[in-house]
Amino acid sequence: MFKIVKKEFLSENVARLVIEAPYIAKSRKAGNFIILRIDKNGERIPLTIADADMEQGTITVIVQRVGVSSHKLCAMNAGEMLLDVVGPLGTATHIAKIGTVLCAGGGVGVAPLFPIVQAMKLAGNRVITVIAARTKDLVILEDEMRAYSDELIIMTDDGSLGTKGLVTQGMEEVIQREKVNEAVVIGPAVMMKFAALTTKKYNIPTVASLNTIMVDGTGMCGACRVSVGGKTEFVCVSGPEFDAHKVNFDEMLNRLKAYKTKEAEGYRDYLKSLEATPALV
Amino acid sequence: MTKELDKEYYKAERKAEWRNKLRKEIKSKERTNVVRVHMPEADPNVRNKSNIEVNKGLTLEMAVSESSRCLDCVVPTCVSGCPVGTNIPKFVKYIESGDILGAAKVLKENNSLPAICGRVCPQEIQCEAQCVYVKKLSKEGSAIGYLERFAADYERESGNSSIPELASPNGIKMAVIGSGPAGLTVAGELAKFGYDVTVFEALHDLGGVLKYGIPEFRLPKDIVDFEINTIKQMGVKFITNFIVGKTASINDLKNEGFKAFFVASGAGLPNFMNIPGENFNGIQSANEFLTRVNLMNGADANFDTPVHTGKNVVIVGGGNTAMDSVRTAKRMGAERAMIVYRRSQEEMPARAEEVKHAIEEGIEFINLASPIEYFANVNGMVTKMRVQKMQLGEPDASGRRRPQPIEGSEYDIDVDSVIIAVGVSPNPIIQQSMPDLEVTKWNTIKVDENMMTSIPGLFAGGDIVRGGATVILAMGDGRKAAQGMHKYINETILAEV
Repeated sequence: MFKIVKKEFLSENVARLVIEAPYIAKSRKAGNFIILRIDKNGERIPLTIADADMEQGTITVIVQRVGVSSHKLCAMNAGEMLLDVVGPLGTATHIAKIGTVLCAGGGVGVAPLFPIVQAMKLAGNRVITVIAARTKDLVILEDEMRAYSDELIIMTDDGSLGTKGLVTQGMEEVIQREKVNEAVVIGPAVMMKFAALTTKKYNIPTVASLNTIMVDGTGMCGACRVSVGGKTEFVCVSGPEFDAHKVNFDEMLNRLKAYKTKEAEGYRDYLKSLEATPALV
Repeated sequence: MTKELDKEYYKAERKAEWRNKLRKEIKSKERTNVVRVHMPEADPNVRNKSNIEVNKGLTLEMAVSESSRCLDCVVPTCVSGCPVGTNIPKFVKYIESGDILGAAKVLKENNSLPAICGRVCPQEIQCEAQCVYVKKLSKEGSAIGYLERFAADYERESGNSSIPELASPNGIKMAVIGSGPAGLTVAGELAKFGYDVTVFEALHDLGGVLKYGIPEFRLPKDIVDFEINTIKQMGVKFITNFIVGKTASINDLKNEGFKAFFVASGAGLPNFMNIPGENFNGIQSANEFLTRVNLMNGADANFDTPVHTGKNVVIVGGGNTAMDSVRTAKRMGAERAMIVYRRSQEEMPARAEEVKHAIEEGIEFINLASPIEYFANVNGMVTKMRVQKMQLGEPDASGRRRPQPIEGSEYDIDVDSVIIAVGVSPNPIIQQSMPDLEVTKWNTIKVDENMMTSIPGLFAGGDIVRGGATVILAMGDGRKAAQGMHKYINETILAEV
């Protein structure tokens, strides 16, 4: 059993959980993820490790409420137990002193971007971070990002915070202004697709961290497969990071829909069952 | 594939008074006239809609009658066909004498998982193929597998399960990586030698392929748990959610005092065929499908994990995994559950019994055909597969006739679910974490005759060495590795004391 030691909402539908997992806290690196299971009927949920505290033996994950499992997870509180947590999974980000690194994150993808921003900065790079969200209330980890970035650019669709516009506009402004040696893009698949197209125009080597469907997360099931440069790769063991210019994002976008109908039905039924259950208080 | 037999040992055993007496009770001629027992099976049209076990097991009367067929040969060739060297004549004769608990005890001397082996071992090509009835008398072999299952089930149901005899604890810590059949065997054997054994499992549940792979109707989960529990009672510790090479490295574990290691991380990575359209939705590996159903209970609405199945389901492949998948799809409501296999039924690697059961359950076999492309609807969901007919040419390296495509023979099959069961490649995690570890060109781990890898003290066995084999071959590796590890400890650590 793995204890939740802290839980808070970063925005209406995004929660941050700090979980006791000493081995993982010690061995994790930027780019790694975990798989957790809430209870014995639960599914295995992959989540990127957003932060860790080796001394406290804890890891931090950030979860967005989109379906049954993430709803249940967001409803959990400090002191409660998760049945299973396993990791760190995936190949760690290649961190080196490269020069200027442009880190771009969209929506909840800002969470997995944070340890990379942190590690890139600590490796001596000039780090320019662009984070984007629909509106002000959905912008997460602003202070954390600012602490490890030479410059932080915030983009919102409605202009309620930072500059009005898409993440790609913020990225392009930087690219046109100064030499960028590498870009890292993390967010919804469609955002990564367009961010990759943007950097490709300027021939900037770009890494994307893919958030595909997974079951075991150890290379066993192949649910996470993506086409990279025409070759099938397993995100859980060869990724989650790949050359963004080689990833077939259209195929990935389709594969992410595999269980959409079933999951939407399941979530609707679950929310109904919550309404039908009288509050305990 | 047979093993050297210690003939003198078996001769001496056979001279035991109770064995002499039993042999004299019935004349050999009479024994050979007894008809081989038939395994009672659940009705195909009932079982293909439920998860009840297909084989129902023998009654006591059936088991005693079958055991009386065994001639208690001077040279028990059956034993040479068993990868773990089970003392077959002794346990069979115990059954004939009515001492079923005694028979179960004999099984456990060499095999920590008899109820499992009695269900999933391919006895027809192992022990039973070496039986004198097959070799000399042109009759059906002694039903050793059924008898093994009977003795193990009888013991479990009696509530008088025995724990094998253990050497006194020596306090030496041994690590086993993976709780599948190879890992469980090593753990049991090392516990018998007196070691302090910890098994590390990556998943949240124990048993490896016995849990995520083999379906309930062929191997009930509570039987797997029972056998694991026996190993726990022998003092073995189990840690789930722990991936050696990720959560902690081999070196980290060395620092925690572990003296030798056994890697049984299994065959992970499912193979795909790399043909157009293979990544459309509705096309999944057998590992994914079976894991969602068996490990995650995806077919049960009370569990959160979804699983995709359909009305027209094709499984590509002809092995046991393909049979498990197609029969599972049928049970989940497929109207057409089909096998597409590139050779003919004769070359199928699946056990004959599984193919027979599948046919009885209404599975369609499309043999001598291979998929070449998949098509999807506007939502990216598979709707159709194109297959090409095949013919058999000259035998290939495997000794089986090589399938060759027939040009212009392509045709389409309507599908809404496709499951790929064309083999697996070794799990890469341990190899990735240990660059010095020598591997083959297939990325399986290289081992010597004691199952030791290129790194002293690090042993390996099962599918991570073989690339994809059977439960019993993995267990055979486990027995050999446990002896190798014991020898290694004696020659290194204990020699220094």
